[in-house]
Amino acid sequence: MFRFLLGRLAVLIPTFIGVSIIAFSFIRLLPGDPVALLSGERVMSPERHAEISHQLGFDRPIVMQYLDYLWGVLQGDFGTSIVTKKPVIDQFMELFPATVELSLCAIIFAVVVGIPAGVVAAVKRGSIFDQIIMGTALIGFSMPIFWWGLLLIIVVSGILQWTPVSGRISLMFFFPSVTGFMLVDSLLSGQEGAFQSAFNHLILPTIVLGTIPLAVIARQTRSAMLEVLSEDYVRTARAKGLSTFRVVGIHALRNAMIPVVTTIGLQIGVMLAGAILTETIFSWPGIGKWMVDSVFRRDYAVIQGGLLIIAAVIMLVNLAVDLLYGLINPRIRH
Amino acid sequence: MTEVTATTAISTDPTRRARLAEFWYYFSENRGAVIGLFFFLFLVLLAIFAPLVAPHNPTIQFREAVLLPPVWQEGGRATFLLGTDAVGRDMLSRLIYGTRFSLFVGVIVTVLSLTGGILVGVIAGYFRGWIDTVIMRIMDIILAFPSLLLALVLVAVLGPGLTNAMIAIALVFQPHFVRLTRAAVMTEKTRDYVVAAKVAGAGHARLMFKTILPNCMAPLIVQATLSFSSAILDAAALGFLGMGAQPPTPEWGTMLAEAREFILRAWWVVTLPGLAILVTVLAINLMGDGLRDALDPKLKRS
Repeated sequence: MFRFLLGRLAVLIPTFIGVSIIAFSFIRLLPGDPVALLSGERVMSPERHAEISHQLGFDRPIVMQYLDYLWGVLQGDFGTSIVTKKPVIDQFMELFPATVELSLCAIIFAVVVGIPAGVVAAVKRGSIFDQIIMGTALIGFSMPIFWWGLLLIIVVSGILQWTPVSGRISLMFFFPSVTGFMLVDSLLSGQEGAFQSAFNHLILPTIVLGTIPLAVIARQTRSAMLEVLSEDYVRTARAKGLSTFRVVGIHALRNAMIPVVTTIGLQIGVMLAGAILTETIFSWPGIGKWMVDSVFRRDYAVIQGGLLIIAAVIMLVNLAVDLLYGLINPRIRH
Repeated sequence: MTEVTATTAISTDPTRRARLAEFWYYFSENRGAVIGLFFFLFLVLLAIFAPLVAPHNPTIQFREAVLLPPVWQEGGRATFLLGTDAVGRDMLSRLIYGTRFSLFVGVIVTVLSLTGGILVGVIAGYFRGWIDTVIMRIMDIILAFPSLLLALVLVAVLGPGLTNAMIAIALVFQPHFVRLTRAAVMTEKTRDYVVAAKVAGAGHARLMFKTILPNCMAPLIVQATLSFSSAILDAAALGFLGMGAQPPTPEWGTMLAEAREFILRAWWVVTLPGLAILVTVLAINLMGDGLRDALDPKLKRS
């Protein structure tokens, strides 16, 4: 296991360096003067320009600039926002829990609905259930989720008036952020109706963000189940006279889950990308919306820092998935 | 043109025809795939003949007919079958012209990422060693970013617009083709027929692209259909975020972005462009499923 971990790290470290080079060069590839872009000052006297240039280290050789940048990053300095003048990492830490909360809810939704749907489709292969489930899954897989979000807003929030349109919680409620997770914080606050409000705000974004992972998980579960169901040990289990529920639920499902777990892990990266659209539609104050807003505000320092942090988070999540996979399936460690 | 190909391919003709027939046999077994194929062909025709089919010019604004509902709803007019948008442009015409942009995006992105990916992937898988390591690390770096975020930032660097959006999306899709090609080339490379060709004196280029590559195409074709539909979705998403095609281009994602403020007042300006995206992507994905069944020998029930 230790060697497996070392092998993964040997790949991860050069990738991280590459990612940091991209983030570093991004600001220098933009048309325009990087000093002006990073300081956010449009008109500058030559003296002021030289001063800021020196402050930001732009008067040093490019290699030294990169090493300085990397050194700063390793100490947690991802730059300072041009617009808010706050450190990028602080803003990230403030907004990240919102994205994590939404992504967790979406993945739970996708797993809880997707795996049973896939199992039913596989067990009843070729039946009307199978066709309906797989047809729906293909539609979900083809869904432009930004449109799906708008449709749900029209129907559920607009016509039926069941859920709020945007945000994380009703403005009526105010309590200090303890964990950053609105569902937990609202319970801790003890205010009546706060949890209900936070929950209602989560419903539509969860469905929208979970739709594509749900479709992928259902399809993957079905094909993994079909493969496992034709194995000898399943036939043996059936021959022993075990009930269908036991055969499918215990013998087959466990083995079919191995590829599905990888798929779920890979979906986490997809989630963070999907969060860009979902958060924009529902004005969800997470990192996806933060990045889109920064692109529009031309807050290049935030884009540069955010890009690097998000890539690092995804790489760590993928590493964790790999390690977990190595634990449940010892065959792939070598 | 057809005569030339016929004469050069004369020796392989029977087997090729047999393979095509076999392909069609497996493909047509999947009913959804055939429906998808026909719908896709319909969209291609619509895109080609858009100026003949569309009732109006997609950018002309009829000032006296703003936000008209579709014809079957109260207040609709027969000249505007699917209604008009907020500045009085005909929805149906804009949707028809929109197929041009979406299919164009799909073709360009797929061609760019497929050829680039094949070229790089074959080199990595054939030569291995340090070239392979360098190439694969670069691909890992691209894959470390969420694809839509990377495309968004690339467009922010290059400047908003459909061309830059296509370049960004193609770049982001490339690693999948590189990985697939490399893996396929690595398994094919040690086969006897490749060794035989090598002994017969074939050079590197011939071995790579004439001997090995044609036997690696099946997974690449399946991935190509997948990236065709994803490209349409991502370009529409960028358009929706205001970073893709710019108004007044009748691109479906851009149309949705313009329609956002009317979601509770005029359902048709929001519903129809999204429906067009969904149906197009669905048709291509149905086709892709059929292609996978027909091309993947593991799934063939012979």
